[in-house]
Formats: sequence, structure tokens, C-alpha cells
Amino acid sequence: MDFMQLKDISPDQVVLWQWGLISLNATIVCTWVVIALLGIGSWLITRRLSTAGHPSRWQSLLEVSVNAMRQQIREIAQDAPGSYLYFAGTLFVFILTSNLLSVVPGYIAPTASLSTTAALAICVFAAVPFYGILSRGFRGYLKQYIQPTVFMLPFNVIGELSRTLALAVRLFGNIMSGMKIAAILLALAPLFFPIVMHALGLLTGAIQAYIFSVLAMVYIASAGRAREQKESGQDKDQIK
Amino acid sequence: MDSISLIGMGSVITAGLTIGIGAIGPALGEGRAVAQGLASIAQQPDESNTITRTLFVGLAMIESTAIYAFVVSMILLFANPFWDYVVAQAGG
Repeated sequence: MDFMQLKDISPDQVVLWQWGLISLNATIVCTWVVIALLGIGSWLITRRLSTAGHPSRWQSLLEVSVNAMRQQIREIAQDAPGSYLYFAGTLFVFILTSNLLSVVPGYIAPTASLSTTAALAICVFAAVPFYGILSRGFRGYLKQYIQPTVFMLPFNVIGELSRTLALAVRLFGNIMSGMKIAAILLALAPLFFPIVMHALGLLTGAIQAYIFSVLAMVYIASAGRAREQKESGQDKDQIK
Repeated sequence: MDSISLIGMGSVITAGLTIGIGAIGPALGEGRAVAQGLASIAQQPDESNTITRTLFVGLAMIESTAIYAFVVSMILLFANPFWDYVVAQAGG
């Protein structure tokens, strides 16, 4: 069982097993739990997909979720969802599951550790040039950094790094604070008030999952081409 | 006053001040943002989906400043390197 003490600030400090240099802490084990749940769950649901007749309830649930995500991505990127769905959708589903599972006793959300959130933010940091180069080409993407003038290059780069850091710290701070407040209240006034704080923690966990994936999508879309074309196309129509 | 007391006192007082003062600005900003968002929804109700989504994203960005203050406060209380060093010195 994972039991985080009040003095621990992140599940990284709860070490479960140790073989020499390799240590297994609560973050890693809980991430495995989330991965297993998502992987086995989706495999079970998508084993027997049916297009006609009666799809099962779980298949309808998956279809509704995927459709909603595609709609959101289409609105943000002003473009077909395509391969954006795989990245942003995975971010959303992973963060949502790992936050919502925190009601299970003995489970600590892996996103309450700066390691996990930093890893996710680095994935977004790497995905922005990836999709940008796919959309605009290498030179087109690099030219963005010297818009509107070449003196803005350091500010653009620093802005890019700082928003990655902000992504990581925002998610970490929200989830860790929810857990800490619930833990402190449990020590002070058990039974009813911690339940309210836990419910608030669930709500903020869901909102933070949405925010993380929406922000990732906004950063990727702003590095791509579709929004710019849409906007300049609309301007031209209005001038006519 | 020896260094243990100084560091302990400084950390605790600073932790309280950090979160106390750090939560004022974001709260004011979020109030203004939500007020403006509500006015926009009242003006254009059929755009309320876009407005709500943009409002939530904006609120998350504003909230993160308060979260930074909270994280600093938590670090001062629970993961304070200066405190750990001084306690290790005193113990060892």
C-alpha cells in the first residue's frame, strides 16, 4: 500500500522496493496502474466493435468521448483533427484517469509528482516543433521565431521554455495542493470536511486535465499553418 | 538566536506571507475575467461555448500564479533544504 506521510511533498519520496540502484517509488507504480487500466480497458472494449445494430454501452461511451475530443480539436486547430487527436487525446485521457483515480484508497495520483508533469510538459515541448515542421516545413517553422522582427528571437525562445515550465508546475501544483489539503484536513477534522475537499480535488483534477490538453493543442495550433491561413482568408474576404 | 530557530522562524513566517499575499492578485484577476466573460455571454449567447472554453483556459493561466505561490509555500514547509541541512548539522 502506498502511504504518503504528511511531510512528503510528492509520491517520489514513497519508495516501495529497492534493488541496488533501481528504486521503485509510488509514482512509478501508480503510473503502471493507470497504464494497465487504460490499456486493458480499451482492449476489452474494442475487441468486438460493431458498426450496425447494437453497439455495447462501453463502445458508445468511447465513441462519444472520441467525438467530443475531435470536435474540440477541430475548433481549436481550425483544421481536421487528424493526428492531433492521438497526442492531445492521450494527454487528456491519461491525466484525467490519473487524477480521478485518486479517490481509490492507497492510490496516489502520479501527476502529483513533478517528475510526471515535467515529462508530460517535455512531451508537449517536443510535439510543438514536430507538428510545426510537419505543417510548415523546417524553414517555415524556424522563421516563426524571428517574427515580427529578429530582435524578438530571445523572447520567443524564452516564452517557449517558460510556457513549458508553466504547464508542468500548473498541473503539479493543482494536484499536489488538492492532496495536501485533504491530508492536512484529515489530520485535523476527519470524517466530513475531507470528503468535500476530495470532491473539489476531483473537480480540479478534471479541469486541469482539460486545460493541459487544450493548452497543448493551442500551442501546437499556433505553430501550425491552418489558423493563419483561415484568418488571412477571412480578412481578404472582408476587404473585398 | 541560533541558526535553527532563525531558519525555522523565517521559513514559517515566509510560508504564511507567501500564500497570503500571493492569493490576492489572482483572485482579483479571476473575478474580473469571469465578470467580463459573463458580460460577453450576455451579449452573444450563441457563442457561449467558445466564450466558456476561452474563459476556462484564461482562468487556468491566471490560477497558475496562485499555484506558484502555493508551491513555494509548501516547499518552505515540507521540502525545505535549509531546514534539512540545519537539522542534519544539529543531529550529526
